[in-house]
Amino acid sequence: MSLQFVVDGLLTGSMIGLGAIGVTLTYSILRFSNFAHGDFMAWGTYATLAVVGAIAAMFGKVAPIAPLSFGWPLIVALVVGAVFTALLALLLDKVLFSRLRKQEQAIIAVMGSFGASMALRSLLEFIFTSRPTYFSRAIQIAMPVGFGIRITPDQIALLLLTAALVLGVHLLTTRTQTGRSMQAMSQNPALARVAGIDVASVVRVTWVIGASLACVAGVMIGVLVQIRPLMGFDMLLPMFAAAILGGIGSIPGAVLGGLIIGLAEAGAVQLIGAEWRAAVSFIILMAVLIVRPIGLFGVRER
Amino acid sequence: MSETVLDVSDLEAGYEPGVSIVRGASITVDKGEIVVVLGPNGAGKSSLIKAIAGLVPISRGKVLLDGKDITAAPAHTMVRLGLAFVPQTENVFPRMSVEDNLKVACGILERRQAPARIEEMYAAFPDLLRQRRTPAGNLSGGQRQMLAVARALIVHPKVLVLDEPSAGLSPKFVSMVFEMLSDIRKSGVTILLVEQNAKAALAIGDRAYVLVEGKERHQGAASTLWDDPVIAELYLGQRPLRKDSARHTETGGAA
Repeated sequence: MSLQFVVDGLLTGSMIGLGAIGVTLTYSILRFSNFAHGDFMAWGTYATLAVVGAIAAMFGKVAPIAPLSFGWPLIVALVVGAVFTALLALLLDKVLFSRLRKQEQAIIAVMGSFGASMALRSLLEFIFTSRPTYFSRAIQIAMPVGFGIRITPDQIALLLLTAALVLGVHLLTTRTQTGRSMQAMSQNPALARVAGIDVASVVRVTWVIGASLACVAGVMIGVLVQIRPLMGFDMLLPMFAAAILGGIGSIPGAVLGGLIIGLAEAGAVQLIGAEWRAAVSFIILMAVLIVRPIGLFGVRER
Repeated sequence: MSETVLDVSDLEAGYEPGVSIVRGASITVDKGEIVVVLGPNGAGKSSLIKAIAGLVPISRGKVLLDGKDITAAPAHTMVRLGLAFVPQTENVFPRMSVEDNLKVACGILERRQAPARIEEMYAAFPDLLRQRRTPAGNLSGGQRQMLAVARALIVHPKVLVLDEPSAGLSPKFVSMVFEMLSDIRKSGVTILLVEQNAKAALAIGDRAYVLVEGKERHQGAASTLWDDPVIAELYLGQRPLRKDSARHTETGGAA
């Protein structure tokens, strides 16, 4: 068996993990499962693609930063795309989720997010068609790094980006006043208000973090695989499985859960065939729910 | 004479529109006082102070803090206005360390002030210093109450409002909590509390109100209220003419 699945798995796992951070934060702080989270990914990716196109129209063809397949336009576009995705999430919260969250039952917000997901996805297909597209059609040569593993410069760059973002978000949530406010909100919203925490601002920060990371994950998929309106929706099950495997509310858990699922998927492709790939996250999800419903880093609700 | 810190007048409040639990209650708290709100179960004691703290919708009446109208201000703005509230249960963040519980409450302080203020809380509550890294959920009931009070005090409130600080505590911790409140008052903090444990609360209180059906029916100095046989019998869980049995009834959960 080739060890190549480790690289593939870590990459898929990074995309899942970055997405799962948003899922887990929305669940623990806003208290509902946001099924539109995958569509934030797709929207962020298409927004980034549009900005790349606009930059190309303004500055002409920009040479990639060797040895990567992309140049500064993609990096700039990613930042713009992330801001756009954050604004999209805030807008959606204002017109839809904030009203639904006031309802007693979380299921109402969940179903609302399902509707938002379908609307967002159809809108993307309407604007960009459902034909797959790419950031770059250039083929990158994978470098052998030993043990039969090959990796491209893009892949290395994106793994490093994931590590940096995860570390950043972890430090933000554990070491800053904003992060402590988020933890407080997730543990006891009523007491958080009494302690002087502005719930509305914590909600905004939660959306901004979750949505911008979704955009980064989407762009990673765009760079390494392809861009499709369904790209985010297809990630939904693995992201939820990762968030639940890691323990709802835990950011390191979401990332570790993502990596485990990514590695399991890549391993399954190699061992039993590619048609089983999608089944893996489902099987892991079921197993976790049966064996350890609170997940790896989860805590039992009192 | 002394200045009024908290002035609640003719307050009506309830969770649902049209269903008032607090029905025209008026109470005042003077600077440096401990004022106790007593009353039978379901009298609306908790709802009254939750309404004052911005947690229960107010339909009528006024809440003035230092003369400033804070009626129905959003709950999260109350600490900034000078009113710190300690809920009855679930009053700490269980999976955050003791230190983070204190830090998270420092949001309205200037950043540079916060560390010194946390050290002051540790000086006042040495138990918390010893447990600073412990998740608050692992503290004993008494220590948890201590942390909840420290969390509220850290922002220098004009008035500290507590909802049944002795609820769910074993008798040993009950006396500890009331001693703590008495010490806090000596340091100049004004306190308003609701209690079921009438005897312990009246022992440290200056004045008390007896709330019945959402309205204050009796008020007076804490000592006289305890000795008033009618009130004692009706509202404070004592049996008439059997004063020595009062202690027994009270520890059995005065109703």
